[in-house]
Amino acid sequence: MQNHPVYTDNDPQSELSTLNLGPTHPATHGVFQNVLQLDGERIVSGVSTIGYIHRAFEKIAEHRPFYQITPLTDRLNYCSSPINNMGWHMTVEKMLGITTPKRVDYLRVIIMELARISDHIICNGVLGVDTGAFTGFLYMMEHRESIYEIYEEICGSRLTTNIGRIGGFERNFNTIAFAKLRAFLKNFPVTLREFESLFNRNRIFVDRTKDVAAVTAEDALSYSWTGPLLRAAGVDYDVRAMNPYSSYEDFDFEVPVGTNGDVYSRFLVRNEEMWQSLRIIEQALVKLEKEPTDIFHADVPEFYLPPKEEVYNNMEALIYHFKIVMGEIPTPNTEVYHSVEGANGELGFYLVNDGGRSPYRLHFRRPSFINYQMYAPMSRGMLLSDAIINMSSLNVIAGELDA
Amino acid sequence: MAQIPNEELLKRIAEKFDQQVMVVGEPYGLLTVETGREQIIDLLSFLKTDDALRFIFLTDITAIHYPEQEKQIGIIYHLHSLTTNTRIRIKVFLTDGDVHIPTATVLWEGANWMERETYDFFGVIFDGHPDLRRILNVDDMTAFPMRKEFPLEDPNRVDKKDYFFGR
Repeated sequence: MQNHPVYTDNDPQSELSTLNLGPTHPATHGVFQNVLQLDGERIVSGVSTIGYIHRAFEKIAEHRPFYQITPLTDRLNYCSSPINNMGWHMTVEKMLGITTPKRVDYLRVIIMELARISDHIICNGVLGVDTGAFTGFLYMMEHRESIYEIYEEICGSRLTTNIGRIGGFERNFNTIAFAKLRAFLKNFPVTLREFESLFNRNRIFVDRTKDVAAVTAEDALSYSWTGPLLRAAGVDYDVRAMNPYSSYEDFDFEVPVGTNGDVYSRFLVRNEEMWQSLRIIEQALVKLEKEPTDIFHADVPEFYLPPKEEVYNNMEALIYHFKIVMGEIPTPNTEVYHSVEGANGELGFYLVNDGGRSPYRLHFRRPSFINYQMYAPMSRGMLLSDAIINMSSLNVIAGELDA
Repeated sequence: MAQIPNEELLKRIAEKFDQQVMVVGEPYGLLTVETGREQIIDLLSFLKTDDALRFIFLTDITAIHYPEQEKQIGIIYHLHSLTTNTRIRIKVFLTDGDVHIPTATVLWEGANWMERETYDFFGVIFDGHPDLRRILNVDDMTAFPMRKEFPLEDPNRVDKKDYFFGR
């Protein structure tokens, strides 16, 4: 074991104690190890160790055809898999030059915003739990369940959704999906308002979170933070607004910005983002009324797998099916970077293609990985209990951290 | 501020760096340039501090391996100018056996883990990096797994022999 950091202070006279926080500590909500040096309850230094669930996705992706990489992206940030799925489809579409119909874009926006809400529900709910308020978490969890039921209607699965295909969706949204979506839009704001009234001015919660782990905008930018964390520090960078994809330019929404980057600001920013997401979904439903209801994918037979009954009964579909599965469709020899606003920040896909059926190189710019590296440095001088809620509010997802 | 057109951006870089920065292309509108490791930090800090450009945000550092090329390992930087919403991609190619490049942690704290990840998977040594250790793989691993010669699966596996599958 070379180059291993020195964790322990072997001096028997030392007043410092070493604490292994994680890898499987219930308060860290995932596989994170931090070896902390404590002076009483105050953290003197910390070392993060990551990689416990590294699954070599980038390597696996080099051996898979483009349409089989979607399940890998599911397992990055598994609290909001649809955003990852859509981000990947859009990367491939950008590379191939596919333009999707407006209806597909709006359906994607709905799904991505639902995913963002479900991610923020977890993060803010868990932040409540860590500060000692379990109620809000339980109230909110009910609605994550309704979001998962909407996913189920659309793609059949709940957590690792594998939703959509290159060019659009695998099937159209059914009427039950829309009914559930409307029910969600009716019920969730009530709970969210209740949740905010439980926390926003709650003395105990505010005392625990305000001015805890405050980060300046300069530090946040230097550490390449993105997403709600960067916005809580006062920088209004949101990929949806800055580089609109999937027709986000058609929507009217605001980018909430915090002031001092502490845990409380991040909480408020995430809450406000949920309101904005609801706004976007409502606008999308209105826009969808003007679109033809039977379009759910772009007309790209070279890349969009035809339905099975057509494969068996239609020669053209059979040929395309064969060509897609056997990887006989030429693709451009190029490189592309595409990013979407994931629930934790800018989720980027850097794809280098050599014209084959699978990427030559695929790199995921994973916001959790990049956001988490400030954790150990910023914990210095912090109380242990503050470091715990700081970790909750960073919303680091182990799958995305370790890829 | 509006996005900086690629020609203007390139002109500005050429004024300072002349022949040391070569254009690779503009795939999908993203200006891609190549430079050598001698001036990479100068280039990055010029892009970061220049008043008109202000590429203050380091989006990503990663690498790529082309085993058939003479300079096998490419380091790829993505920068983003948040005020003008312009992106740029910078590549540096290095020969295998001498994969040294100065660290960008002098400019961005966030480069730390990105460079550790690149070292972990490609064996790129970032000179001057404060803590260049493996990050996602185990510490006592000897290979650099994202290089093309590294097999996806262990070739010595005994549980995937053909006769188990009747082949």
